Amino acid sequence: MANYYNDIKEIQFELNNSPLMPRIVELKERAFADKDQYDEAPQDFADAMDTYDKVLDIVGDITANVIAPNAETVDAEGPHHENGRVRYASKTYENLEAMTQAGMNGMTMPRRYGGLNLPVTVYTAANEIVSTGDAGFENIWSLQDCIETLYCFGNEEQRQKYIPRVCKGETMSMDLTEPDAGSDLQSVMLKATFDEENNCWRLNGAKRFITNGDSDIHLVLARSEAGTRDGRGLSMFIYDKRDGGVDVRRIENKLGIHGSPTCELVYKNAKCELCGDRKMGLIKYVMSLMNGARLGIAAQSVGLSQAAYNEAIAYARDRKQFGKAIIEFPAVAEMISNIKARLDAGRALLYQTARYVDIYKALEDIARDRKLEPEERAELKQYSRLADAFTPLAKGMNSEYANQNGYDCIQVHGGSGFMLEYACQRIYRDARITSIYEGTTQLQTVAAIRYVTNGFYSQVIESLTPALSEGEGDNPFSPFKGELERICRMAEKFNACTAAVKGAENQELLDLCARHLYEMAADVIMCLLLLQNASKAPELFGKSLQVYVNLAEAEVEKHASLVGRMNAEQLENYRQQ
Amino acid sequence: MTLKIVVLAKQVPDTRNVGPDAMTPEGTVNRSALPAIFNPEDLNALEQALRLKDQFPGTTVTVITMGPGRAAEVIREAMYRGADGGYLLTDRAFAGADTLATSYALATAIKHVCPDVDLIIGGRQAIDGDTAQVGPQVAEKLGLNQITYVEEIKSLTPTLSKGEGDKTDCSPLLGRGRGRLVVKRHIDGGVETVESPLPCVLTVNGSAAPCRPRNVKRVMKFKRCLAPMELPQGTGFGDLPYASEYEKKPYLKLGQLTCADVNADLQQCGLAGSPTKVKNVENIVFKAKESKVLTGSDEDVNGLVQELLASHTIG
Repeated sequence: MANYYNDIKEIQFELNNSPLMPRIVELKERAFADKDQYDEAPQDFADAMDTYDKVLDIVGDITANVIAPNAETVDAEGPHHENGRVRYASKTYENLEAMTQAGMNGMTMPRRYGGLNLPVTVYTAANEIVSTGDAGFENIWSLQDCIETLYCFGNEEQRQKYIPRVCKGETMSMDLTEPDAGSDLQSVMLKATFDEENNCWRLNGAKRFITNGDSDIHLVLARSEAGTRDGRGLSMFIYDKRDGGVDVRRIENKLGIHGSPTCELVYKNAKCELCGDRKMGLIKYVMSLMNGARLGIAAQSVGLSQAAYNEAIAYARDRKQFGKAIIEFPAVAEMISNIKARLDAGRALLYQTARYVDIYKALEDIARDRKLEPEERAELKQYSRLADAFTPLAKGMNSEYANQNGYDCIQVHGGSGFMLEYACQRIYRDARITSIYEGTTQLQTVAAIRYVTNGFYSQVIESLTPALSEGEGDNPFSPFKGELERICRMAEKFNACTAAVKGAENQELLDLCARHLYEMAADVIMCLLLLQNASKAPELFGKSLQVYVNLAEAEVEKHASLVGRMNAEQLENYRQQ
Repeated sequence: MTLKIVVLAKQVPDTRNVGPDAMTPEGTVNRSALPAIFNPEDLNALEQALRLKDQFPGTTVTVITMGPGRAAEVIREAMYRGADGGYLLTDRAFAGADTLATSYALATAIKHVCPDVDLIIGGRQAIDGDTAQVGPQVAEKLGLNQITYVEEIKSLTPTLSKGEGDKTDCSPLLGRGRGRLVVKRHIDGGVETVESPLPCVLTVNGSAAPCRPRNVKRVMKFKRCLAPMELPQGTGFGDLPYASEYEKKPYLKLGQLTCADVNADLQQCGLAGSPTKVKNVENIVFKAKESKVLTGSDEDVNGLVQELLASHTIG
């Protein structure tokens, strides 16, 4: 039987081969304190790792045998709008039921609320696997991670009320976007007023583009401070569908992810609860929500890239022209090799990011119960910064790769790929949103650029670069000495370009060059992460490393050339009226 | 109202993905070349049992499987999906059993471990033997009604308490009647709705609902479950990794039954109790039948008409 986890050795490698994993398990399981209280809690590190493997085995099984076979009909049917409510495509209920029966909800939540207490890294792998089967379904299912924000910022009463429900399979949504507040969430106008008579908050207004907008539990960003116009007047609220007051006005007709209902919502004096402190909605809580969601989209993108690879290689092996399988033609094989290289590089970045998130989140959670030791505080700060710097890279690059891979996948199929019979067209359409929602690639660049200018990416690059000086023969990197040297030259180019742009001291020029500098940093970091993988498992990653270094080198060269041409005079050429 | 349900399940070689080495030169199944799996229709049967457990909380679902130590995997798999526990029926004396000896062993075990059973559910047939005989034979041996090719249990109406049941519902062997059920069974060209008193035996068709997936918390809880037969020879539960767990959590030790445990008559077990004799095995190769190519010419059409008239196919 097919299994979308067991069949993909690269995911297993990412989970099992990081030196950070023992630390993640140690922090997450808190010296395995749960083992005497919960039958399902692990006894030690090996037991925890075995558990993770079994969790993903089940996810891989359900994805291969329920979700993926349903994907085509879910895509064709889409959700229905009925009397102000959403009815999912019929097979979506089958998918949800399987995931709920398997207990794949509230995966990262503590056991005391009914969760599985899994690291973000393992949840990320589950996200990736489900997306390979159906990226649209993954949206509905993975919105469960909104609960993380409620767990972090809600009070104990709210935690006890809502987390167990999510662990039992209730779905969530995050209601942020409005017609006039897309990328610019400071302009959110949905009104929250305090109802003195009933001692509760009320929501009035509308939201747009809300994924899974008819969910059971909503996190809503609304203006609680009348008269304000910026982000400081916004607070976060919890709306419980059981209380009523929010209707779906329409479901959007989209290019892709058809299974996932994107809703316009109307709030008619809807009762809600304040989550956390007033005025912290955007500044603190939405930022946390978005970082989690961006990692989710990075995982969704990697899943789509894996799907593109699977479809491309299967077709190219099967399809014969000029008397042989088309995979034997270098022009076709190159496209597939490039898909694989981008997939492996992007995946390495995804899991490195997830591990950073795990360490800082687990430490933050410990800090809720006791004061951290000075070295723990330093560790928290370090990993929090790494997570913050890596998340926009993982989201931006993987979503752009998913698009490129979807494009190449259709190209491998030729004319058949343009017909709607093959899965590649769905992958291509589904991938298109990944570089837009949860912050466009342009906004990922905005989030990342300070780590370019303050030299943080350069420091990361330096720390990830292995030394080749000692033990030439035993050094696991020596087979890739040539690649390492080339990566070092790319890093030098990145540093030189950064220095040149910074030297010009022109903000508009920096904004114009930002995307190029961002991509150069990402290219070098992915090369180094893939190099680490190839040094441990050359049979799995050796080819991809060499192909990816070829690609990245050309990309870095391109960006360096463009950045080299940019100066104050050029700015005029890039202004459009 | 709670029910006691026994699910009969078998570990089988996965004959659905047969490679070139699937058969030995002698024509028997090369078990080492095929992965061992939960017999597919037994999973459909398990799902029917688990649905009743959902409907009637407190119902127990007990899996009984006959086989070597490794067959205990079937019990674990069933527990991951919701079964409460199970028994591995294992003994050298059971080896070489045909369907008659197998059903004798299973029926004897049911009488021993679950004499007050309400419902016995198994798959229609196992993919290694394809006989569909074991379920019906178990029913005969226990003197129970049997309904084969079940697709769905439409309803189960329990009798409120013991003794309130219709006397005629009582099984002569198991001595209790606790309600009635209505099932939909798959027949050629349609479905048939059948009603039966409890207890009874159902065999479930592959067209019934697929089994629910493994539940992650149950997997975590039961993953270390072992039957004594699975332990390396000469070792006990105390020698295993995480040995103290087996002390603290008795459910980690799966039930195991030998011939003697169930007071089975050795003459009716295993090879001794199996009247089936395999005379020989033939390899069948499907070939295209004799064929003739006709063009659309008048000559060919005329020839065909003459031929069909001569053979009285037409005319």
